[in-house]
This record gives sequence, C-alpha cells and structure tokens, in this order.
Amino acid sequence: MSDAASVAERVARESYGRLVARLAWQWRDLAAAEDALADAFAAALRHWPGQGVPDAPEAWLAAAAQRRLLHHARHTRVTLDPRVTALLDDKEPEAPAREAVPDARLQLMFVCAHPAIAANVHAPLMLQAVLGLDAKVIASAFLVSPTAMAQRLVRAKAKIREAGLRFETPEARELPERMAAVLEAVYAAYTLGRHAPDSPVGDLREEALFLARLTPQLLPDQAEAWGLLALLLHAEARRAAQFDADGRFVPLAAQDPATWSDELIREAEAALWTAAGLRQPGPFQIEAAIQSAHAQRRATGQTPWRAIAELYGVLVHHHASLGARVGQAVARAEAGEPAAAAALLDAVADEAASYAPYWVARAHVLRLAGAPGRQAALQRAIGLTEDPRLRDYLVAQWV
Amino acid sequence: MQFMLVFKETTAEVARRDDPAAAPAYWGAWQAYMGAMYGSGSVVSGNALQAPRTATQVRMAGDKRHVQDGPFADTHEHLGGYVILETASLEDALKWAARAPCASAGSVEVRPVLPPPATA
Repeated sequence: MSDAASVAERVARESYGRLVARLAWQWRDLAAAEDALADAFAAALRHWPGQGVPDAPEAWLAAAAQRRLLHHARHTRVTLDPRVTALLDDKEPEAPAREAVPDARLQLMFVCAHPAIAANVHAPLMLQAVLGLDAKVIASAFLVSPTAMAQRLVRAKAKIREAGLRFETPEARELPERMAAVLEAVYAAYTLGRHAPDSPVGDLREEALFLARLTPQLLPDQAEAWGLLALLLHAEARRAAQFDADGRFVPLAAQDPATWSDELIREAEAALWTAAGLRQPGPFQIEAAIQSAHAQRRATGQTPWRAIAELYGVLVHHHASLGARVGQAVARAEAGEPAAAAALLDAVADEAASYAPYWVARAHVLRLAGAPGRQAALQRAIGLTEDPRLRDYLVAQWV
Repeated sequence: MQFMLVFKETTAEVARRDDPAAAPAYWGAWQAYMGAMYGSGSVVSGNALQAPRTATQVRMAGDKRHVQDGPFADTHEHLGGYVILETASLEDALKWAARAPCASAGSVEVRPVLPPPATA
C-alpha cells in the first residue's frame, strides 16, 4: 500500500465519524455528508501521492467535502443564501491551516438512536454514520438481506433530513432514555459483530468497542455508559478462551481463568468502579457486575453463584429480558436451587421456544436437578444453534 | 409469507452420510434442526432428499430424450433437501436458514414462494 493510501486509511479510521458528524450537523443531511466525504477520500487518493500528504489531512478532507456540499447546494439551487454562494469558488483546494475538528460524533449517535427512527435501525445507522461501514457488511451481521438493509438506512436518513432531527444533545430530561437507546445500539453492534464478514474498516466488534470507549469519554457523568464499557471489556477479556487450540468450544465453567486477559479485566473493573461512584444504577452496570463476579474465579478459584443469582434477581426486576431470566435460572440452579430454577424456566417456556440459550440452560438445569428431559432439551438446542462450533459441542454432549 | 429454504451441501458434507464415524452426528444435527423448525409451527412442508448419486436427469433435445444418472460432475454444492416455511418476514426465514447444519458446509438459498396466478 502506498504511503498516501495508508495515511488516507488511517485518517479514515480515526476521523471519519468526526468529519461526517460535523458535515451532517452543518448541512442537516446525513446522506449528502456521507457522499461528499466519500468523494473527498477519493480525491485524497488521487492528489496525495503526487502532491504529498497535507500537514492536516483531516482538515484537508473536511474542506474538500465542504466544497462538494457547497457545489451540490448551488447545483440543486437548494440555497440561494449569499453567505453560502460567497463561499463557492472553482479553484483547486489549497491546504487549509491545521484546525481542530469539533467532536460531533456523540450528537450523531444520539440522532441515529432518535425515537423517530425504528429501534432496529439504530445500531445499523450508527455503524454506517459514525464508522462508515458498508451496508453489505452490516446486513450480514444483522442477518438481513443487503437490499433490505440498504433501503432501511436510506429511509432513516431521509427521515433525519425531512424531520430536521436536531443534531444537539437532547434535553436533560430525555437524556437517560436517549442514552439507553445509544448504548443498546452499541451493545447490539458488539454482540452481532462476530457475525460480520471481513470488511475494509476492520472488525465490527472492535468498532463497537471503540464506540463503547468513546461514549463515557464524551459523557463521563453517565454511569450506564461506564457500565456498558465494563460489560463489553469483560466479554472481550474471555473471548479468546471460548475456543481451544483446535477451535472447539469451551464453556465458561470449563475455561481456565489463566487464559483470560488480565489487562482487559482490570480496565473493565476500573470502568465499573467509576460507574458505581456515580450512583445511577442501571441494567448494563448490573450485567457488568455479574461478569465481574464470574471474573473473581481468577483470584479465588470459586464462582460466587449465590451473589450472581442475586444480581440476576435485581436485573430481572429492572429489565426482565429473556436472557436475564434464563441467566437467573442457571445461577439459581448452580447456587443449589435446581427445582426453583426449573420453575423459572417453565415460566418462560412459551416465549423461549426458539431461543437456543434457553434450551442449553434447560438441559443443564435438568441435569443438576436429576430430572428427565435433558436429551430432548439438548436436541432442541442443537436445532436452534447457529454457530457450528457450539453445535458440535452440543452434539458431542448429546450422542 | 411463504419461503422455500433450499439446502445445498458440499461434496464433503454429503460424504458424511456414508461415513459410519460421522453419520450419527450428521443425521443428529439435521433431525434436531428439522425438529426445532417443526416445533416452532412454521413448517408448511419439507423433505430431505436421497444422495445426489441417486438422481436421474432428464432433458429433451428436440424430440430426443437424454437421460443421465447422477448430478453434474462439476457441481461443488448439491441439493440436499428443502423446506417451505410460513413466516412473518424474510428475516424470520433467514434466522432459520442460518441455523441449518449445511449453512457452514454449503449454503442455504431462501426464496419467496410465488403464489399461483389468481384464476378468473
């Protein structure tokens, strides 16, 4: 790769979100901002190898994209504002002075998670708008046809333009709700990231982790933002331990804590500690605390199942998702209450009929309870599992 | 909405049917998968098919009949079976497609069923 191309790629990775956010904010048009920035990157690849990379590549790109937007505005006669037309010139760009590009990524994330936009588009829109991911890559991660995903993104951007959704941090009273939508979207991007095929922007999971680190930096007084970061870092710390050298699945109970990442666990614990100091409890902090309790096995050799079961109880009280209720049942069974756990699972049987983790949990709880039905539950889990490595593991348990 | 899931298997995956060491896990995974799909109440109909070598191809060239055994030699993926699902959306059908044992050893094609033309 040429030097200019590698600088362009680095700048793209580091500043894409800031640039697109600033342009979209100024022009109130996300789709046009993305197009202009794509043209600016193409121009950079044409000019930089010959003319050398400018001192302030990000500012150069911002100016080039800005000019395209102005040209476009003049061309379509969208604006006849003399203050705008006065800015138009047909000269080739001169390198602008180094300037700080204000960080509008957070405003952009809030717009992507706006209540006027369907919840299932929040995360895809954020990945495209803030990180510049391709609709095809996003479609694979979200298990949606690429055409349908592209249409959804286009419609959402049209809505932002037509409704004039404001690129401003929402009013204080709606901040928690909007914040929750932003964090949900980042969480979805992380959990689905492992399904994304290789993309030029790199790993979707890492991109989501980047957003999870960015959010509390920009909004340090939001405890849930720290909670989400702690949760994802704990997951990340154990990611490599999930599969052995031959690529076989290793369940959490069988993992050697020595294979977890110390550094990431320490970073996770620090984030959780910061969150706790803010005294605003919330579901992501509780989930992070559950993962933190699992991480204790490194130090003590024991998993504190009683404490984990209590944390799940609080989580279910807050936010009774299917995953939380299944987790609660497993923790209760491990803490010595398999009969109570089986009753908890029976209570969600109908809505969990096609939820693979429920059947894995059910097989495990029935075994601990010494009750029949483990084989049938395992069989259902095998039929519902998408990951071939996990399926192979379950089949080995079953046959 | 009705969708057909067309299950395609690689030659190596088809061979697992005849390998005594691999056959139980192979059939076990398919049985579990079909069981889960039937259990969800979304199956309209569906079948696994016998191995590609049992196929017979028929073509008419003008009025001449050409009958051949087996699949085309140059195919890497073979039709292994199909199922027709009734789901609320394409996305629900894609969820089932991703869970198929052959999704990681072949592919699954998902196609909307074309309703028959309305009779006047």
